[in-house]
Amino acid sequence: MNLTPEQQAILDGAKGETMAKVMKTLVMYGDAFGAEKMVPVTSEYNHLVTSFGLKMMRPVFELMQQLIDAGAVSGQKFSVDPRPLDPNVPANFLQKLVFNKFMYSTQDYYEGQLKQLGLMNEDAFTCACYLDQVGNRPHQGDVLSWAESSAVVYANSVLGARCNRNSGIMDIMGSIAGFVPYFGLLTDEGRKATWIVKVETSQKPEAQLLGSAIGMKVMEDVPFVTGMEKWLGTELDEAACAYLKDFGAATASNGAVGLYHIENLTPEAKEQGRGLIAENAKVYVIDDAELERIKAGYPVIWKNPNARPKLCFVGCPHLSMQQLMDWTDRVEAGLKEAGKSSVAIPTVFTTAPAVKKEFDQTAYAKRLRDTGVILSCICPLMYMNNPLCGPMPVITCSNKLRTYTSARYYTEAEILEKITKGA
Amino acid sequence: MKEFKGRVVAPGTVTAPALVSHGGLNTLASFQKALQFGDKKATCGDQNNPDLYGKEMVGKALCLPQTIGSTTGGMVLYCACAMQRQPACLLFSKPIDSLAAAGSILASVWCPEARMPVVDNLGEEFLNYVKDGMVITVKEDGTVCVA
Repeated sequence: MNLTPEQQAILDGAKGETMAKVMKTLVMYGDAFGAEKMVPVTSEYNHLVTSFGLKMMRPVFELMQQLIDAGAVSGQKFSVDPRPLDPNVPANFLQKLVFNKFMYSTQDYYEGQLKQLGLMNEDAFTCACYLDQVGNRPHQGDVLSWAESSAVVYANSVLGARCNRNSGIMDIMGSIAGFVPYFGLLTDEGRKATWIVKVETSQKPEAQLLGSAIGMKVMEDVPFVTGMEKWLGTELDEAACAYLKDFGAATASNGAVGLYHIENLTPEAKEQGRGLIAENAKVYVIDDAELERIKAGYPVIWKNPNARPKLCFVGCPHLSMQQLMDWTDRVEAGLKEAGKSSVAIPTVFTTAPAVKKEFDQTAYAKRLRDTGVILSCICPLMYMNNPLCGPMPVITCSNKLRTYTSARYYTEAEILEKITKGA
Repeated sequence: MKEFKGRVVAPGTVTAPALVSHGGLNTLASFQKALQFGDKKATCGDQNNPDLYGKEMVGKALCLPQTIGSTTGGMVLYCACAMQRQPACLLFSKPIDSLAAAGSILASVWCPEARMPVVDNLGEEFLNYVKDGMVITVKEDGTVCVA
């Protein structure tokens, strides 16, 4: 890799041993992908994936402390993924004991480290940092050093920023150095689509199911999706952005998609059209039967597949303001139809702290509370990842949560039916 | 015995029994529970990976196309290495992905005592040929012998 004199000096130790290791990490990372140079990180803020003070992460805390002690802190402020704990989310005595005393006993310590490293503010804990209320929304063409698969795929695809699927820890390395290696999704060539996905369904496909199908098929490749205009239109309005947020999270977690293009909708697809499609791109056709096949293939790993659900999570990734209002309307209507006053299954909606604050100022907040739904800023994935939740029959409309935990996936309509009318 | 030649991402030599995943390895889903709850054998917890689910990964030559899933993946792999719960080596049929590369490089720079040779670009034939339990030897130059 060709380094500038400044970068070479850092690598050679001019700014100390720790900064030299930071630069060495980035150089090796670039070398693994044939990067020939580093480019400056140009976004205002970074976003980190590692928000949880899990005891198992002792090696990460030690590494972070090395950085802090050496003064190698982030040059950018950053947001970070959601907190793993919220006392408002239902948990029994044993779960609370395990969460607070065993699993996440180092949460406060780690949050202290994050503050020293450059955390934006107390409300900056969300996977959907690009929502207006949070304020970490990069511009088209910005070069990022982000992690969090759902945020990276959104930033690349919907906002037109440029970011590789960086891992936790690697994200902050770029922010500390101020440079990232130039390869993959940072390059024009790496942003070309190597798959054409033709959506030929008879109705608007469920975002998280369509994303799952595409992720499983194309894995880490870039898909160019056609046939969505009649469902999403040609403008990135609030509804389209919310759909793409959920769709992208599923492509990234069920596969490894870091960028997708939606014909006539996402910024690069609008500007370049089918010129974005690489030669010899493969074709994947998705119809009703294909989506049904994908959904039927999800394993059910509950001990009792017919168990009555004990908990429902909606909001992985975190819900937008509009989604919260829409869900409130739908739950109210569903309960009214069922002749009930509150949800039949303990249900948690999750959103960003800044969105929750704004939502709490609206009349919707009381209406949602009255349905019995709990509004939280927790990370459902982190809540679920423990042996006490493993056997617990949890349902969700998040394909990301399904992928990483024992939660069972249902479409949004099915979830609504279950929480308002009983399983 | 058959030899395959790949590209060295993290150098080293090792001999270990093969453990094969034909689908992408979801690093978070595979390692998290094992790391969190002291499973020294790192039993794979990924329900979506029928090749690996329930199998022990520590000390195995993990043969796979690539890693997939959450971008915590590299960090999780780094933790596995720092806690001595890593596979003996990672052998990729495809070019390495950014998450696996990050985990391997972080371990190599920040935790050099945890040795985990990584070779990529071994080709589709490698993954078609190798089966669970076959003895794998990784050489310094990226040659992988399967017996």
